[in-house]
Amino acid sequence: MSQTKKDLLVDPLVDNNPITLQVLGICSALAVTSSLKVAAVMALAVIAVTGFSSMSISVLRNHIPTSIRIIVQMTIIASLVILVDQILKAFAYEISKTLSVFVGLIITNCIVMGRAEAFAMKNPPVASFLDGVGNGLGYGLLLLVVGVVRELFGAGSLFGITIFETINNGGWYVPNGLLLLPPSAFFIIGLLIWCVRTWKPTQVEEREHRIQTIEEH
Amino acid sequence: MADLVSLAVKAIFVENLALSFFLGMCTFIAVSKKIATAIGLGISVMVVQVITVPTNNVILNYLLKPGALSWAGFPDVDLTFLGLISYIGVIAAMVQIVEMILDKYFPPLYNALGIFLPLITVNCAILGGSLFMVERDYNFSEATVYGISSGFGWALAITAMAGVREKLKYSDVPDGLQGLGITFIIAGLMAMGFMCFSGVML
Repeated sequence: MSQTKKDLLVDPLVDNNPITLQVLGICSALAVTSSLKVAAVMALAVIAVTGFSSMSISVLRNHIPTSIRIIVQMTIIASLVILVDQILKAFAYEISKTLSVFVGLIITNCIVMGRAEAFAMKNPPVASFLDGVGNGLGYGLLLLVVGVVRELFGAGSLFGITIFETINNGGWYVPNGLLLLPPSAFFIIGLLIWCVRTWKPTQVEEREHRIQTIEEH
Repeated sequence: MADLVSLAVKAIFVENLALSFFLGMCTFIAVSKKIATAIGLGISVMVVQVITVPTNNVILNYLLKPGALSWAGFPDVDLTFLGLISYIGVIAAMVQIVEMILDKYFPPLYNALGIFLPLITVNCAILGGSLFMVERDYNFSEATVYGISSGFGWALAITAMAGVREKLKYSDVPDGLQGLGITFIIAGLMAMGFMCFSGVML
């Protein structure tokens, strides 16, 4: 694999992560991270949709009239999501019940549209596919990290397998119930962004106002 | 009637689309820097939501559900798998129509909302509203009430968020948290606040 293609795949993981840097696709993401299994399935679904939608849009890019491109992209994405939804319903019914509306919401996931618009409309199919998969992976990575934190500390387990024996089952770990509730996802992502930006200071946003310090004489 | 009121309260506060289902987050975070624009966006979301949720309800009940096509002589047809694509089509079309009507008859409102209207097509709160309507099997009047109240809840959340952020720019935030990070944490705190409504019974 050549250097540029590898970059397409690896760059969105940390350096250009769609969630922490571009604020895309958080919409449907956070509600599904309270258990790791669901988060993993959701991540896979998004990777598949971003990869294949970028590829198909890129194949058609010279034939799509610019004035109606959004609706064409929407149709392609919606068809792929229907496919994923039907596959999930057929082979993983329980999980598709837990994901409820969030599979459908992949359609309006800004990452998919964003990559289609920003990359796939200008680049050849293979590069677009890799770019789509890379961004899907960046999203999936964040989803999994949040999922690990929430399930491990909220329920003492990973993938449903007990890691910390909780106090209800006679163990020692007092589970932190807050982590299973929606607000915790916001805190975890906020703190993750803090970590990433401390690691990569170039991502820090400019302040709008500086606190003025008074010089002591 | 009472259950409609309780549905509305639930949709506005307890099951707030933005703060407990994380829907419409992209726009929620990106467009909440100023109160005025936040209110404009909130109102447009509400308008689109009020139109699309009942419309999608009609489409579901008379075109897609198993047996829904019996009025056309196809009692065995089940088209529910076409749901997603029809809802998003309705949303895109409705947004376009609302945009054209506003442009023609209410130019000041159109100029105020102009840039946000196309954005609403890809706002998950709108599609989410329709999908929740399908999942919970609302009838037409419930769908209408749900549309207006969930839109209002979203508008309320983004306006409150913009209020906090306008004050926030004068505070001393650590470098790494600047901008996006602190916004998430505030959203979390607001979500906790909204959770207090969950005990409310009507």
